[in-house]
Amino acid sequence: MKKTFTILSVITAVLLVYALYQALVVAPTDAQQGDVYRIIYYHVPSAWTAFLLFFINFIASIQYLVSGKASTKTAAKWIVIATGVVGVIACFLPAVQRSIPAGMRPSAVATTVLLIPIFYFLIGKFFPGQNLDVLAVTTAEVGVVFCTIVLVTGPIWARPVWGIWWAPGDIRLTSTLVLWLIYVSYLVLRRFSNSAQTQMLAAALAVFGALDVPLVYFSIWFFRTQHPQPVIGGGGSMDPRMLHVLLISWMAFLCFAFLVCWSRFRLELLQREIEEAHAMESLAGAGGGASLPISRSSR
Amino acid sequence: MNAIKFLFAAYIATWVIHGAYLASLVRRFGRLRRELKEVGKGK
Repeated sequence: MKKTFTILSVITAVLLVYALYQALVVAPTDAQQGDVYRIIYYHVPSAWTAFLLFFINFIASIQYLVSGKASTKTAAKWIVIATGVVGVIACFLPAVQRSIPAGMRPSAVATTVLLIPIFYFLIGKFFPGQNLDVLAVTTAEVGVVFCTIVLVTGPIWARPVWGIWWAPGDIRLTSTLVLWLIYVSYLVLRRFSNSAQTQMLAAALAVFGALDVPLVYFSIWFFRTQHPQPVIGGGGSMDPRMLHVLLISWMAFLCFAFLVCWSRFRLELLQREIEEAHAMESLAGAGGGASLPISRSSR
Repeated sequence: MNAIKFLFAAYIATWVIHGAYLASLVRRFGRLRRELKEVGKGK
């Protein structure tokens, strides 16, 4: 396991350096924005990675919420399958296609919908029982880190291009900030609540929090905003060489996020192991000694 | 020329945030390993 981690770390480091080289040297300069546009190679992949992590958190939270009762679990499974099938078919119906905003490709919407059942079953298979909750807290924390980068690099890019750091009232910017705040509250809840219901409450909060992700993504089409159109899924146009570099950069950030999530996952497991050991110790000493407090130091 | 400053500021900010988070993970790992040793000694 340690060897795999080391090999993956080396590959990720090489990929990150290669992505940086591509972003700063190989990618062509933008005719309108000049070199400052190159922030896109960090800003956009960070946003996509954050969305993906919040999406995994959403699926893991749903799995965790329904895992208590066999009938609920079966019902959820069929609802997810139905969502995938109906969603994909609907995207290709002319009546539904007319309601999809101009510039958004139906195939992109269908792919996104299809990811719901795919992730649902993969996560259920590889993260059984309490591991679902561990996965949820892991992806939320790493997702917040990537979302923070989006919120920091966005204004740095906006200042030379728009002339302002932040566009107050802009729905894309505000909904991204709200998304960040929701997941920060999720982490605060997990850090400071000692109730037995914390995991359930956090999972419920994550499900509602994830509803903000489509709002962030689709806000560009449905509301007037200063933020440019997305480069994938339709709407925006981008030089193929720039798109190529952007995808390399995203690949590098995905590998990096995977490694960070792996470490955070192991940290959480270790934390729970220690909590269990403390609990056993206090149970053993319950007859005569004082009970030890349960450590929450890693959160 | 001034725009380049913004580009580098964004790249540096990204790695400062990642670095700070990785440092916090290393610190937490260290603390937990010490705690695990203490628990082991207690047994």
